[in-house]
Amino acid sequence: MSDRAVFVVRSGALTTVQDRGRPGHAHLGVPRSGALDAPAAALVNRLVSNEPDAAVLETTLSGCALRPRSDMTVAVGGAPCRVTVDGRPAAWGAPVRVRAGTLLDIGPAVSGVRTYVALAGGVIVEPVLGSRSTDLLSGLGPAPLTDGAVLPVGRERVLHARVDVAPQPAPPAELVLRVTLGPRDDWFTPDALRAFTSRTFQVSSASNRIGLRTEGPALERARSGELASEGMVMGAVQVPPAGRPVVFLADHPTTGGYPVIGVVRAGDLAAAAQAVPGTPVRFVAVRRR
Amino acid sequence: MRVLPVGDDALLVELASGAEAEALHAELLRRRSAGLLSAREIVPAARTVLLDGLTDPGRLASELATSDVPPVPPREQAAVEIPVRYDGPDLAEVAALWGVPREEVGRIHADTEFRVAFCGFAPGFGYLTGLPPRYDVPRRATPRTAVPAGSVGLAGPYTGVYPRSSPGGWQLIGSTEAVLWDHTRVPAALLSPGTRVRFVPVGPAVPVGPVGPVGPVGTP
Repeated sequence: MSDRAVFVVRSGALTTVQDRGRPGHAHLGVPRSGALDAPAAALVNRLVSNEPDAAVLETTLSGCALRPRSDMTVAVGGAPCRVTVDGRPAAWGAPVRVRAGTLLDIGPAVSGVRTYVALAGGVIVEPVLGSRSTDLLSGLGPAPLTDGAVLPVGRERVLHARVDVAPQPAPPAELVLRVTLGPRDDWFTPDALRAFTSRTFQVSSASNRIGLRTEGPALERARSGELASEGMVMGAVQVPPAGRPVVFLADHPTTGGYPVIGVVRAGDLAAAAQAVPGTPVRFVAVRRR
Repeated sequence: MRVLPVGDDALLVELASGAEAEALHAELLRRRSAGLLSAREIVPAARTVLLDGLTDPGRLASELATSDVPPVPPREQAAVEIPVRYDGPDLAEVAALWGVPREEVGRIHADTEFRVAFCGFAPGFGYLTGLPPRYDVPRRATPRTAVPAGSVGLAGPYTGVYPRSSPGGWQLIGSTEAVLWDHTRVPAALLSPGTRVRFVPVGPAVPVGPVGPVGPVGTP
């Protein structure tokens, strides 16, 4: 094996390989997948001069630790965390040169949920349908990282920009999600619609890459019966029988049988990816663009 | 036809029947390959078609509301044949629900020409229609935690084959060694919306008993 690789010393709670996902296959039941906080993934790629579709690592709450087998440039962004190289503090949100054999430790998220680690050259595991993303719903793409795994890394490109600090939005203390109502808002009572757009929910700890689950008032249906399965978009707010809204994220199923009360604006989903359990959530109704 | 906006750049088109949804899906694919429609995803389902990644959903919505949809064009491709052993654990239950002898279930199923109405649930999982409504069966009251890959099941008006082991509540009537999904294969999915499908009994032959009161039904 080429020495352009990293050894996974500590995989953390859940670290996956992610790129911009595999859109265009929903009709075959294939979720889009891809980095949940897409702007953060794009930023760390830019910091190490990667192509925009290079694969990065997405950690969940507890970070990870890697030992590069050759000198390489890395950048860490998304959820803020402590970064060290052989125990010495290193920059977060800026390119860092890491020597072969040293230990790059990405600490637990200080705030937010998902930290992104770009390795110059990108992670070059075998793509599936054009994407290297791990899809946790259907098991496509590489399995989540395990301790002792070795990840191949592409050839580094010459850094074309030197950045001291890259501004990044802080993880949300309160998550405000702009939502357009429909297509199945008529399945809910007027009271439920009012509650949906005026009450405060909380991010549930059962949230994952498939959906941001919420706790809070139960939304009551105006009609009973079952909805025949229909196509689902990213950002769809599906309401299962228990009445607690679920915001569909990158690994969501492509079809579903529970009514969608509204759809969250794509631009607000990165913040949803960084909202820790317990974060207050408000859905604000907006007009369609 | 009812066109519902979904977020800022998607539309859900609701139709009166699965057949109409299939026809609209075929028409939308035709328009997209002719360069008349730009959509990232076109997802047919039971009675709807979802269009996602549209540049001007408003214009398309008004265009669709007034457009005629030709019936599904006949497919030139031969039906995909899926070898199946009718040995599922729910065979007796399905036979009881259908009111036929156990051996008859496989014959009725194998005499039916199916079409993939839509896909979902897992990559490569197709919802196949073709059985007459009198053969609709409910899902199992308690879903199994693990259904083996290749299981052939029934639920509502649909038949499906599990591409990989997963939990599931369908009534299992058989099993196949056909590979429904292989990402190293082109195409990765054996079944896609619109594909014609036939199940071909293999192994211990389905006993050819006297033709019962139901007989081989469901043939086109």
